[in-house]
Amino acid sequence: MKLSQLNPGQKGTIVSFTDAEMAVKLMEMGCLPGEEVEVERCAPLGDPIAIRVAGYQLCLRKTEAAVIIIQ
Amino acid sequence: MADLKVALVGNPNTGKSTLFNLLTGLNQKIGNFPGITVDKKTGFCKLPSGKIAEIIDLPGTYSLYPKSKDESIVFQVLADKNNSSHPDVIVLVADSTNLRRNLLLFSQVADLGIPMLLVLNMADMARKEGISIDIDKLSERLGVQVVNISARKAEGLDTLKQAIAQTTSLATQTSSIEAKSFAPEAVEAIKQKIGTNNDYYALQVLHQHEHLAFFTDKEQEEIEAIEIGNGFDTVKLQGDETVARYRHLGKILSDVVVDTGAKRKFTFTDQIDAVLTHKIWGFVIFFLILFFIFNAIFSWSSVPMDLIEGGFAWLTEKGHEHLPPGVLTDLLMDGVVAGLGGIVIFIPQIAILFALISILEDTGYMARVTFMMDKVMRKFGLSGKSVVPMIGGIACAVPSIMSARNIESWKDRIITIMVTPLVSCSARLPVYTLLISLVVPDEKVWGLFNLQGLTLMAMYFISIVAAVLVAAVFKFIIKAKERSYFIMELPVYRMPRWKNVLFTMYEKSKTFVLEAGKVIIAISIILWVMSTYGPAKRFEAIDAKYDRIEATSADTVQLASLERDRAAEKLENSYAGLLGQTIEPMIKPLGYDWKIGIALITSFAAREAFVGTMATIYSVEGADDDGGEMRLRDKIGAAKDPQTGLPIFTFATAFSLMLFYAFAMQCMSTVAVVYRETKSWKWPVIQLVYMTAMAYVAALMAYQLLK
Repeated sequence: MKLSQLNPGQKGTIVSFTDAEMAVKLMEMGCLPGEEVEVERCAPLGDPIAIRVAGYQLCLRKTEAAVIIIQ
Repeated sequence: MADLKVALVGNPNTGKSTLFNLLTGLNQKIGNFPGITVDKKTGFCKLPSGKIAEIIDLPGTYSLYPKSKDESIVFQVLADKNNSSHPDVIVLVADSTNLRRNLLLFSQVADLGIPMLLVLNMADMARKEGISIDIDKLSERLGVQVVNISARKAEGLDTLKQAIAQTTSLATQTSSIEAKSFAPEAVEAIKQKIGTNNDYYALQVLHQHEHLAFFTDKEQEEIEAIEIGNGFDTVKLQGDETVARYRHLGKILSDVVVDTGAKRKFTFTDQIDAVLTHKIWGFVIFFLILFFIFNAIFSWSSVPMDLIEGGFAWLTEKGHEHLPPGVLTDLLMDGVVAGLGGIVIFIPQIAILFALISILEDTGYMARVTFMMDKVMRKFGLSGKSVVPMIGGIACAVPSIMSARNIESWKDRIITIMVTPLVSCSARLPVYTLLISLVVPDEKVWGLFNLQGLTLMAMYFISIVAAVLVAAVFKFIIKAKERSYFIMELPVYRMPRWKNVLFTMYEKSKTFVLEAGKVIIAISIILWVMSTYGPAKRFEAIDAKYDRIEATSADTVQLASLERDRAAEKLENSYAGLLGQTIEPMIKPLGYDWKIGIALITSFAAREAFVGTMATIYSVEGADDDGGEMRLRDKIGAAKDPQTGLPIFTFATAFSLMLFYAFAMQCMSTVAVVYRETKSWKWPVIQLVYMTAMAYVAALMAYQLLK
């Protein structure tokens, strides 16, 4: 399933990415396969979302979260 | 001259700029990287050995692979040995609370083989969060000196300076990953082609030679050929390299970092976020903060602005009294000093806006605003980060356009810069109030709202709608060079660093005065010449006429009035006046006569000149005097068209004029600052043309429909 499908408070572990270019950027920011992510909150209008990963908070648009496959 | 060059490299939000300010103090300057439109901050620092180090602050980045134009500078500077900013020593600044992600950049930079050392910033915060780092072990494994500092508290600076002085001229860092293994043949071919023995440098050249200006076209083609010949897949290899580096870092950091208190770390930030990014309260608080900023820019700046205005008026008066009368004095006082006054007057607003913005940024709130507003703004081709410049535009477009620099995406930033001047700024206020008081009755609607006040509010509303709509148009016209990302760190909430706030105020004001100032002074001198000089024969005739009349009059009041008439007639026959008469056919359809034409021309550099020019043309005393404005209003209101005998300032003309001033650029400071921020004349020219065209069409429609 995709990271963008999680609701706030839900957790998952990164498995892979569907977009190689975006994957490089995400990994540079600490989103590595095997890393646990938690959706912390959505912006008031539902997009972007804030996630907790690698010990800090990251925000990204839903379209960007959709390239992250989690389990 | 500096004995050695030191570059600061690191992730965003690591306190790199704070460290830079600490090392260099006020002894810093902002320049350009040669050939690239990115600011270069440099400063000097004395080392314990007595040597002087030149410190270069490179843009913050998460990786050597750039996401924005700013970030591409880092590799360009580090790769090019002949670059004037190429460092002898790299100081890599890392955030102790998130070491692994920060060390990714370290390991990339280390592999370039430049002598370096590692600074672990926010050491105190890491301690508080229960993270302990064995720096001796880390130093041994990385092969470089590791220094613990806290830039916020100015701790560890002496040790850092000592470490910089001790850094050997030969790189000592241990090797990390096998760079060659990713593309063995291609790397080997590049090494031979460009004559390097550094595998990782060769790999980087394969990845981003397009960004490296020091290769000739022929070399670029040859590198490209090697890339294609070996089937070099840049995206895939970047991913592979990142994974390999993290694996290596896992080994480096095992039993170096011990994290005992992971759970309690973010509770404070989470609690604040629950309120500040709440569905309802989030927006309420945001608008309250905006209201506060808007209010502060107006109210806090009024006293210093009055003082500056008064000071320059005093200076001009004294100058005219004490300097020998003549053209040179007039030029100095009415051209240069007046121009300087026009620049300095903006400093209070710039300083206040940037102080408040830097507080919001420092605390971490700005990142949340971006987070909340991104969805709305994206619809119009803007980004969450466009909110602050556009709201600041209500006070003044100049500092607001400077603040758009926070927007990483080039396209979002250009669109923000292009539409910010449409937002009605404080300089339009005197124009609006004069015209509204002229044609809108001072009545209450529904016994509650003042009609004049409502009209004024409508003007602001129109301007914001126009800005958003124009942004939507630009969204389709401008082509993005780079993919837009919104992957952004949300930093934890912290207290602002007051020293940084002061630095920002000082730095932005200085930049504005030095950069925009040059253009403004030049334009004011030109305008002064145009409105002071005219065809000699006409001026002689005017002087002769008034000398004759004045000789027969002894009454001082009458004399003063005659002097004003003389000035008015001179302005009418000056080059600016003649130009006003020349453009009359063009502005006639908008409902303006040549007198308004003169005001349009003199206010081309600054809108607020409109009221002053109208006062001169209708020969009344300055609007500053008691009742001056009243008299000006009456005089303008009574002005009649000499041919038809009908009043010139009808409802239609006044609205046409208000719309013209709402949309027209009419501000040289903005043109100058857009030039400075985009570093090309292309954008300011496009902006000037589209805004003037929009103003003309809107004014034309308003007059033709309302008359």
